[in-house]
Order: sequence, then structure tokens, then C-alpha cells
Amino acid sequence: MRILVKGAGVAGLTVAWQLYRHGFDVTIAERAGKVGTGASGFAGGMLAPWCERESAEEPVLTLGRSAADWWEAALPGHVQRKGTLVVAGGRDAGELDRFAGRTSGWEWLDDAGISALEPDLAGRFRKALFFRQEAHLDPRKALSALTAGLEEARMRFLFGAAGAPERYDRVIDCTGAARIGRIPNLRGVRGEMLSLESDEITLSRPVRLLHPRHPIYIVPREKSRFMIGATMLESEDAGPVTARSLMELLNAAYALHPAFGEARLVETGAGVRPAYPDNLPRMTEDGDTIHVNGFYRHGFLLAPAMAGEVARRLLAEQRQPERRAS
Amino acid sequence: MLKLYDIAVQSRLLLGTARFPSPAILAEAVRRSKTEIVTVSLRRETSGGKASGAFFDLIRELGVRVLPNTAGCHSVQEAVLTAKMAREVFRTDWIKLEVIGHHDTLQPDVFGLVEAARILTAEGFQVFPYTTDDLVVAEKLLEAGCRVLMPWCAPIGSAMGPVNPMALRTFRAHFPDLPLIVDAGIGRPSHAAQVMELGYDAVLLNTAVAGAGDPASMAEAFALAIEAGRLAHSAVPLEPRDMAVPSTPVIGKAVFS
Repeated sequence: MRILVKGAGVAGLTVAWQLYRHGFDVTIAERAGKVGTGASGFAGGMLAPWCERESAEEPVLTLGRSAADWWEAALPGHVQRKGTLVVAGGRDAGELDRFAGRTSGWEWLDDAGISALEPDLAGRFRKALFFRQEAHLDPRKALSALTAGLEEARMRFLFGAAGAPERYDRVIDCTGAARIGRIPNLRGVRGEMLSLESDEITLSRPVRLLHPRHPIYIVPREKSRFMIGATMLESEDAGPVTARSLMELLNAAYALHPAFGEARLVETGAGVRPAYPDNLPRMTEDGDTIHVNGFYRHGFLLAPAMAGEVARRLLAEQRQPERRAS
Repeated sequence: MLKLYDIAVQSRLLLGTARFPSPAILAEAVRRSKTEIVTVSLRRETSGGKASGAFFDLIRELGVRVLPNTAGCHSVQEAVLTAKMAREVFRTDWIKLEVIGHHDTLQPDVFGLVEAARILTAEGFQVFPYTTDDLVVAEKLLEAGCRVLMPWCAPIGSAMGPVNPMALRTFRAHFPDLPLIVDAGIGRPSHAAQVMELGYDAVLLNTAVAGAGDPASMAEAFALAIEAGRLAHSAVPLEPRDMAVPSTPVIGKAVFS
């Protein structure tokens, strides 16, 4: 079966990888000149389904809990299994109880427990929730590594091409936000992020700072960098970060640790996450095309499960071609 | 029946649309609460007013009246501009006017509020001002042309419920015939029932529903509490006394001392 995967963000590359593993003949078409130019490149890369369950529906946890294993198997060494630390400022301490009441898979830490995990946060918070089973990865490195792996496997990449010249049995459309306005009920949720660089503070795992209005997370990256995100705005505007959002993100980083006040601001970014009304991803069919879309803020977390679903679908079709929908 | 700027409404619950886990859950909350009016923020939930077409389509598809708001506006100019954008997007003269004076407590800037209400009323808007329980400010808002007032009962999002029931009682007594909606500070259905018992005409909520573990069920619980409070008010509840009153005669005791 000859398959064309459209879109080389986290969804497209994950689907391509999964189909390649099952022996399909796959080509990837990406309108941009390189991989990961959409929302995926601005992702936090947190594999944190237990934390996300605070506001997301159950499938995010059931589909997301095996994500870390998938990424580890696909890209050995990329996944850091160090858990997630959740803290709140003194005045917002009630937010921690609320968060705990809506999630599972956590344990309470006191200040000694916090400083054992993150020495640089010693003395700053009296209580924290620790989600031991969670993991994180660097999204850009992961996408590059997947691409390198696929290229090594002689998979064809068509960059910038408007349309693929050959005939394919199936097209898997993973073009995300580009489909807004064309797939019914698909909307955009704007997200803004920034990167800080500082030698004065070290973190080993993602830290979430709860706040009733602007909850944020900080994910440590290589080379003393920290990714700070992310706003959630009901907007399809992909323009540069606003002053207000920048202020809120920086303010939260500073509240986590004053050392961030001296950090260098090395990047700001904004992207549009595609989402369906229930904020859960979906696989839908339209003739020969299968759309995999609506990953919302859960691209790296849920793409493996959705890629598995696509593969199962195509394998079933291969076995029983007459049952294929036309 | 409650009339807000000549529009009759059955439901006495107005629901904010911010911070729901998903639009699908928001839609379910609207359905279960049978609310007829939702408020939508143009500035705070969007990006500098560049609103998502798809999100606003989802709001319109709810099939309820939209009361756009100026949440997050910190100046008269910003609030007036946002109100005008909202009129374009939602084709309504209704505007829930918020002019925030304090970033931290989200307390209204009552001076800016009165000024913005005056400007907007002159431009044909029908203004629903988010205000404090201050009577003098309320009178100035009426002078500015408001025909509905929305006093807080506690700071926005605090979930404390009525922190000054005395002031709410006085406010109601001072404006006996004006539609009064308690906006902000409600945390639980019992709070909503309490202000309805005091004779308020309706309640506006957001965080108490959106932030609940099961927002749709909580929305329905609020609708029931509001209905109960309204019914209790019309049934004229007992006023509290400072000693017990037996409900049946006590044999052998002529008097209490």
C-alpha cells in the first residue's frame, strides 16, 4: 500500500514512523522547507498525562500514559523520566489542593522533599506535588531525530511541493492548523512561549507553577536553557507574542526563582494549536484521505496513540481490502 | 419575568465562557443550566481582539444571547474600544462593562466605569456595569444611562460568596425596581441561593462553574439553587429571631421568660 503523509510536524512524523515500522511504503510531503515549523516546534515536550488530566478528559490519560515508552523505543536516550514538580506561590497554596483533587499519580512533598529533587528551589516552596511517572523530551531534537531516522530508512521527503506527483492508495493528512476552516469544528488555540538562558539556576524536570489566572510551566533544556510556556488564547492569530503575555510568562518565571530575572531572553514564539470542541484528537475519513488532527496542547503526548490507530486501520484494510470505505 | 433592556428572559443565570476545559464542556454546561445569556471576553480570551472565528462560531452555535464583556480592560479608552469591537463581532448593543482598577484584586475602577458607561450609552450601547456594592457609584451609573446594575458580592474568582450581605441588602432596598445581577465572587450554589433570597434578579457566574470538577453538573446545580432562591424570595422567608419559637403550643407554660 502506497501512503502519502501530509505534514511533517509531530503528528505527521509519528504517523510516518509507525507506518514505516509496519512495512508500508510511505512518502512525506511538507509544504514548508523543513520539519516542525508549525505548533510542534513550540511545544513543551512534556509527557505529562497525569497533570494534564486536571483539565483534560480521561482519554488524554488513557492514550497518553504509554507515550514515554513509545518515544523511548523510537528515539533511545531522548526521554527523560524525571517526573513533574507542581508548586504554587504562598497566596495560591489552595490551588495545589484543587489540583491534587482533580488528578492522580502524585505524592506530596515537603520543603525537604522539594530540595532533594531540585536543590535550587530549596526554601522557596513549603509544599509540592510530585508526579513521579511523568517524563519530558526536547521537541525540536526529537523531531530532527525522527526525521534523520526516516531519511536513513530511505523514506522520501517532498519539501515545498504543492502536490505529490504520484498516485497513492491513501493520504494521511496531518497538517494541523492549516486545516482550520476546512474541517468542521476545528479551531485554533493560540499559544505563546519563550526561552530563557541562565547559568544561575538548574532544574532537572518540568516545573508547573499554579496560578488561578496564568498557570505556566518551565521545562529545562540543554545548554542552560529553559522553555517557558504557554498561554492559551481562543484565537487563530499566529503573530508575535504580545507584551501582556510576555509579561505574564516572565513574571511567573521570576516568581518561581528570582535568578530568572538575570536570565537572557533568547527566543519568543507563538503558534496555533488545532483543536476540536472537546480538545481531543480525532481520526476522520474523507474519501481516500484520513485526517489526523486536533491535538490541541497534546501533540507529543497523544501522537503515538493516534499513529497506532492509523496503523491498525490501514493494516485491517490491507487484510480485507473489500471493506475499505470509498 | 425578568426584563433586561426590554428583553425578557426566563433563566436567571448568566454564564461566563472563560476557562472551561473545552468548548464541548461549555456547551454541555449551557445546555444543562438552561441559561439564555452567556458572556464572552473579547480581549482576555483572545489575542488583542483578533478573535478566533471558529471559537466565536461555537459560541454562536450555543443558540443563546451573547453578552460580550470588556474583561481585562484597565482604562476607559480600552474598554470603549473593546465594546465597539464586540458590537461588530456579535451584532449586539449589549455590553458587560468592566474597567479594572487593580490588576491583582480585579477590583473595578469605579471612576473609569462611570465615565465609560456615559460614553457607551451615548453611542447607543446598553450597558451592564460590573461594579461594587457602593450606592453612590450605583447612582452615578444610573445617571450615566445604565438600566441594569451588576454589583459584586466578593472579588472576581475568589469563590467567597457574599462577604457583605448587609451591603447587598441595602443595595437591593435602595433600587427596588431596577434589575440587579450579582456578578463575581460566587463560589457555590448556596451563595447563589442566598443572594436570590435577598431579592436579586439574577446571578452571573464563570469560575465557579468552569473550575468545578464537573462543570456541567455544577451549572445545573447553580440553576436549581437560583430557582430555589428566587422562589424562596417570592414566598417571603422568615426573618431571623434571637430566640426559639416553638411551632406548637407548649402545654403548661403560659409564657416564656
